[in-house]
Amino acid sequence: MELAEWCSSSRVIIVAGKGGVGKTTTAAALAVAAARAGRRALLIELDGKSGLGSMFGVDTTDGEIEAYPGVTVVPLAPDEALIEYLEGHGLRRMSKRLVHSGALDIVATAVPGMKEILVLGKVKALQRAGAADVIVVDGPAAGHAVTFLLSPKGLLDAVRVGPVLTQAVEVSEMLADPDRAQVMLVTLPEETPVNETAETAEALVDRIGLTLGPLVVNGLYPDRPLDRLTTPEAVSAAAERAGIGGRLPDGEAEQLARAARFLVRRRALQEEQLGRLAERLDLARVVLPFLFSSDIGPAQLEVLADALTAGVGALPVGA
Amino acid sequence: MTPEGDGPGSDGPLGRLAGEQPIIVCCGSGGVGKTTTAAVLALAGARRGRDAVVVTIDPARRLANALGLDALSDTAHEIDRELWDPAGAAPAGGRLSALMLDTKSTFDHLVLKYSADPAQGSRILENRFYRNISGALAGTQEYMAMEKLHELHEEGGYELIVIDTPPTRNALDFLDAPARLTRLLDNKLFRLVMAPTRASFRMANLALQAFFRTVSKVIGTEVVEDLVLFFQAFEGMESGFRERAQRVLAVLSDPGTAFVLVTAPARDAVSEAGYFAGRLADAGLGVSGLVVNRMHPEFHPAAAAGRPGPPEPLNGDAEAARQLEALYENLADFAELSEREQRHLEGLERTVGRVPVVRVPLLEVEVCDIESLTEVGRYLLAAASDGRAGGG
Repeated sequence: MELAEWCSSSRVIIVAGKGGVGKTTTAAALAVAAARAGRRALLIELDGKSGLGSMFGVDTTDGEIEAYPGVTVVPLAPDEALIEYLEGHGLRRMSKRLVHSGALDIVATAVPGMKEILVLGKVKALQRAGAADVIVVDGPAAGHAVTFLLSPKGLLDAVRVGPVLTQAVEVSEMLADPDRAQVMLVTLPEETPVNETAETAEALVDRIGLTLGPLVVNGLYPDRPLDRLTTPEAVSAAAERAGIGGRLPDGEAEQLARAARFLVRRRALQEEQLGRLAERLDLARVVLPFLFSSDIGPAQLEVLADALTAGVGALPVGA
Repeated sequence: MTPEGDGPGSDGPLGRLAGEQPIIVCCGSGGVGKTTTAAVLALAGARRGRDAVVVTIDPARRLANALGLDALSDTAHEIDRELWDPAGAAPAGGRLSALMLDTKSTFDHLVLKYSADPAQGSRILENRFYRNISGALAGTQEYMAMEKLHELHEEGGYELIVIDTPPTRNALDFLDAPARLTRLLDNKLFRLVMAPTRASFRMANLALQAFFRTVSKVIGTEVVEDLVLFFQAFEGMESGFRERAQRVLAVLSDPGTAFVLVTAPARDAVSEAGYFAGRLADAGLGVSGLVVNRMHPEFHPAAAAGRPGPPEPLNGDAEAARQLEALYENLADFAELSEREQRHLEGLERTVGRVPVVRVPLLEVEVCDIESLTEVGRYLLAAASDGRAGGG
């Protein structure tokens, strides 16, 4: 499956994962990967402060901004989404009154899912308008992702008429159509994230009818041939064979062995979790490397984007 | 850093909090080990002979796993002593309980408590709006967590209450939650809707009618009717709620309540933690401790600084030469990583100010039972680290 193919036809890809797994980073990397494949990408930031701006080194507080060639970050807030929606339906005066009187607060408090539907409604409008080749949504943390994406269904029960109902119906339709919307789950190769990802995946499919794209496993340590070099003695022996015997500074063999031991051990634990993940979740999988070098910036996003492109490219079509 | 045994003799700053403080609130962003920290602190309280309870509002039920329970119930459930004190070493007064917040039933409880009569209570509980908001509304969960804290504080008789919170963004809601409900009740429109008699309801001014017209157009008349019924059902209860919300705020600002900030040495987590520390400070609340979980072990760059590779020339066996290259590359990577983590923490420590900092290394064990909680506790409860995480 080609990433450029997947990231096309204005498809919405909602990136979801529990806190701390690199969900926002992955969303940004996906948008960059699409852009590097010649696709125009929108990257939707849901509630500000997600760190998307600082990753790209741009300020997203003043609205949408091209953060990378071909990637536009679009911050979405419920209040603005509502105003825009009402204005688009010839209800401009009402929208002002709703927001300024504090009525929106009351309505949003009283109608569960109201804020979520406003935001998802805006995403749907972008999707319909073909605003870009791909619309990547940096979704809420996993536990909340299910609530967030369930909101249209909840509203269908509560609201019987009016524009909000229309929005809820249309958003539900979009979420049920894999050509228009898919979810990309992100996890770490660790026990708790693996468990929670499996649970979230079930909920998204069974309760919302969403289609899941490839699963991203983030932060895999590199596979280095150090299995037998985890003691100072083994390191010294290798140095001997390499022709630099006796020339390692004091304590260096110990340091090298300790770092090797750490890597080998952590990598083995990760492999174990990858195995559990495969058992619990029948999804195509893309692995992203653990980044030692520095904090996420455009250069690191490019590394991850290329890994995503390669990983998705290696999957069979339709995976 | 050498992990110390989890005993009263080895108390660091968090051990002391667990031994002395009546309430500990654990805050931080998702995935940094907040739930685990809360559980370890409650366990430490119990092992110091206190009657301790831990409350989690984390929907992922990780605490349940950590405490070896299949599911926590909304009422505190006491954990068998043999489970948390297998050696029988804890003082007799020690007890450990846990509960998982059930937002809806806590809200129901509150409604029933403040309704004038059972009829009013059941009218509210049956209202469709109420049924929706009590379980699902953003912010309700945080508010009810604080409500539960208050209830346990007033009525539970616990000596130590440790409360876990949702991730940072929501945690702001939890600080705001009592105020938010008060604000809603104070809203002019709400007051109009709450107008006590039909007559005054009819006389409600233009603003109210405009409100209803507006809202009806957006969400439909039926919904508005439900909304009005909901607010009317609350008639007479709002002062009780408001008073309650203020008492909850008072508990949070009491010196007996300690806030422990939990983070990980990554840029996002650190900036969230800094943001949160600022929010607490704005609310006049201080941070009593900073926990940094998931620290990589510290490695120093290879002795010949500035040269990432092994000594030259590698003119021996080619396979061994490649191994040496890989060893050095690996060490350089981990050295850079620990230097980066260090830098993040220094930044955070400047932001948060002078509070005890406890660093917990990335552990091999998955925290899923009392034994692994104890293991985490060896680091968490030890003396504040001015040093660094231990080796691999």
